[in-house]
Amino acid sequence: MPTADVCPRCGDSCVQHRELAGLDIAHVDCDAFYASVEKRDDPTLEDRALIVGHAGGRGVVTTACYLARQSGARSAMPMFKALELCPDAVVMPPDMAKYKQVSNEIRALFLKATDNFEPVSMDEAYLDLRPEHVADNEVAPAVLMARLARDVRAEVGVTVSVGLSYNKFLAKLASDLDKPDGFSVIGRGEAQAFLGPLSISKINGVGAATARRLQAAGIETIGDLRARPEEELMALVGRFGRRLSGYARGEDARDVSTARGSKSISAETTFRVDTGKRAELNVVAARLCERVATQLQRQGVSGGTVVLKLKTHDFKTLTRSRQLPHPTQKADTLHEQVAALIDAVADGRLFRLIGVGVSDIRGSEEADPPDLFS
Amino acid sequence: MQLVIERGELLKSLSHVTSVVERRTTIPILSNVLLQASGNALRFNATDLEREVIEQTSADVGQDGAITVPAHLLHDIVRKLPDGAQVQIMRDGEHERVTLSSGQSRFALQSLPAEDFPDLAAGEMSHEFSMAAHDLKRLIEKTRFAISTEETRYYLNGIYLHAAGGGEDGAKPTIRAVATDGHRLAHVELDQPEGALGMPGVIIPRKTVHELHRLLEDGGSEVRIGISATKIRFEIGAITLTSKLIDGTFPDYGRVIPQGNDKEMRVSNAEFISAVDRVSTIASERGRAVKLALASDKLTLSVNNPEGGSATEEIDVSYSSEPLEIGFNARYLLDIASQLESDQAIFRLADPGSPTMVQDSDDTSALYVLMPMRV
Repeated sequence: MPTADVCPRCGDSCVQHRELAGLDIAHVDCDAFYASVEKRDDPTLEDRALIVGHAGGRGVVTTACYLARQSGARSAMPMFKALELCPDAVVMPPDMAKYKQVSNEIRALFLKATDNFEPVSMDEAYLDLRPEHVADNEVAPAVLMARLARDVRAEVGVTVSVGLSYNKFLAKLASDLDKPDGFSVIGRGEAQAFLGPLSISKINGVGAATARRLQAAGIETIGDLRARPEEELMALVGRFGRRLSGYARGEDARDVSTARGSKSISAETTFRVDTGKRAELNVVAARLCERVATQLQRQGVSGGTVVLKLKTHDFKTLTRSRQLPHPTQKADTLHEQVAALIDAVADGRLFRLIGVGVSDIRGSEEADPPDLFS
Repeated sequence: MQLVIERGELLKSLSHVTSVVERRTTIPILSNVLLQASGNALRFNATDLEREVIEQTSADVGQDGAITVPAHLLHDIVRKLPDGAQVQIMRDGEHERVTLSSGQSRFALQSLPAEDFPDLAAGEMSHEFSMAAHDLKRLIEKTRFAISTEETRYYLNGIYLHAAGGGEDGAKPTIRAVATDGHRLAHVELDQPEGALGMPGVIIPRKTVHELHRLLEDGGSEVRIGISATKIRFEIGAITLTSKLIDGTFPDYGRVIPQGNDKEMRVSNAEFISAVDRVSTIASERGRAVKLALASDKLTLSVNNPEGGSATEEIDVSYSSEPLEIGFNARYLLDIASQLESDQAIFRLADPGSPTMVQDSDDTSALYVLMPMRV
């Protein structure tokens, strides 16, 4: 897989790939975004491990800079644990307003490259570089992206990693290959060979539970996945099996689309007294499902995947998700799945927080199709 | 125990039985295959506690005995041995170790006691009958696409097999397979095999259905089926597949099969499939609705994807009722249409909110019901 090299002539990074001209979907991911912004604004932090997140008590790591990551600190880790691993790190509380501002500056640069990009979050987006969307048709997508990376560094002062390929799935995999400040390309010719040995957990959307189910069926790598018929994958993991079957062959039909509302809708609450009782968890979960359903209906959307989040009394966060057979707006349907997830996870441990959410947001017209038996 | 067996024989039986063995299991012995040698026969047995596959083949047995060894490992080893090789399997003295040797290769495998291997097959079968393998295959192939994957409706996670007809109303006695996920339903029947009369209705789990279909691919021509209240057994040549049944009540599907749908559309099945396939290209995901607008002898198919555009296509059909607009999931339409065998498909419709029935024009043994979507 070609990653960036240093160009012998100009000393800038350069990428060579024979399919470069035909690859037109990019995934751009800011490197340790919040931490990079803070380092930009305070040069004395440059050589120090920096953790962005709320210190003390119940705080968690929002972003760890690459120095802190070397000691094992990771996002979403409880702060006290990160500081055990990396005791001399500087901890700063997140300044969301500032990051939002920087994110907007970066998006303005995206817009100079293409009029069609899809922000996934503040620090990540897919860019559609097909001729009808790019401003300058004379320039190959790879060159556009190299310029974009250069401009972001020069004008905004943070680095990005770019993945370039022919669909979103592969572009995202590519951007992760050469972090930070990287540029990787996956072409049609090598996609199959590249995917074959990769672990299925590299696939966006394959969480712990899906991975377990696939592994139980002897599927460890994307190559194993490719060897199975779509029907068998659907039998194993439901509707997601169809998309998996495509991914395994390097196919992904999802469009890059600007029209995109929120990515997930959720509600959570902290218990006054920690509890591990299924009945109590379910009573609260049912209420949270109502809140999520109300939001879904209010926004005119539906959710395709339900997510249960629990935080144990000793601050471990567990998330369990399950793809719904059909997108829903109904509290009952959400709770049916949440109850099953609670059932599997409540083993006597005490929990301090519970959250219910939906992701995979869809339109309302797909929600709750009529059923023969109800 | 000591025996010699030809590599091809060994490989064939192992590939039949090992597919039920889970790659990861918390009970170590379930990763193993049980090998029992006696007389001139070698018997293979593998299980995941929900189902069990047993196969018997001939071997040159020097000393009777039973062992268990890791199934996938053994399968991998035998696969890599050269074609036509003779394989010797023997238990190594007092140790719980098994030696496999062939040519210059020699493998020592960890073993677990054969006595600990679980036995699933025990139990009396209340009904036994035989069917042609291709008949059973047909029952499976026509229905399995409709099996639900929704875990909360576990009683739909299989094919419901039962005896029908033969009552006082004079209906022909049949054996019937039904599967549904609540959105579509597949219903296929065949003449009732002798001995199936009065058999209890059973729900065969999805995984067993796929396993059975695989075994039928290269099994014999006749299948002997045994049914009890909790288990089903299939004997296909030298292979026996025994499975637990889904313990639940299959819904009263008869009430969702429309009886009074009086609007009839006849359409060339091949034309219909290609048209649905073409217009649904525009839908971003294959789950999107296709709208069917029916007028006098004309069907207009259309898909509208707010993000992607729209598509329409018109085909000639035979239809003489009042105009009707109805929406279906494109994928479900294709699933059903591709099950049909005759040139012409018949759609029996009522209104945009009620189930539609689909059948072959010259074969009434299979019928499909499809719930419309809102469009």
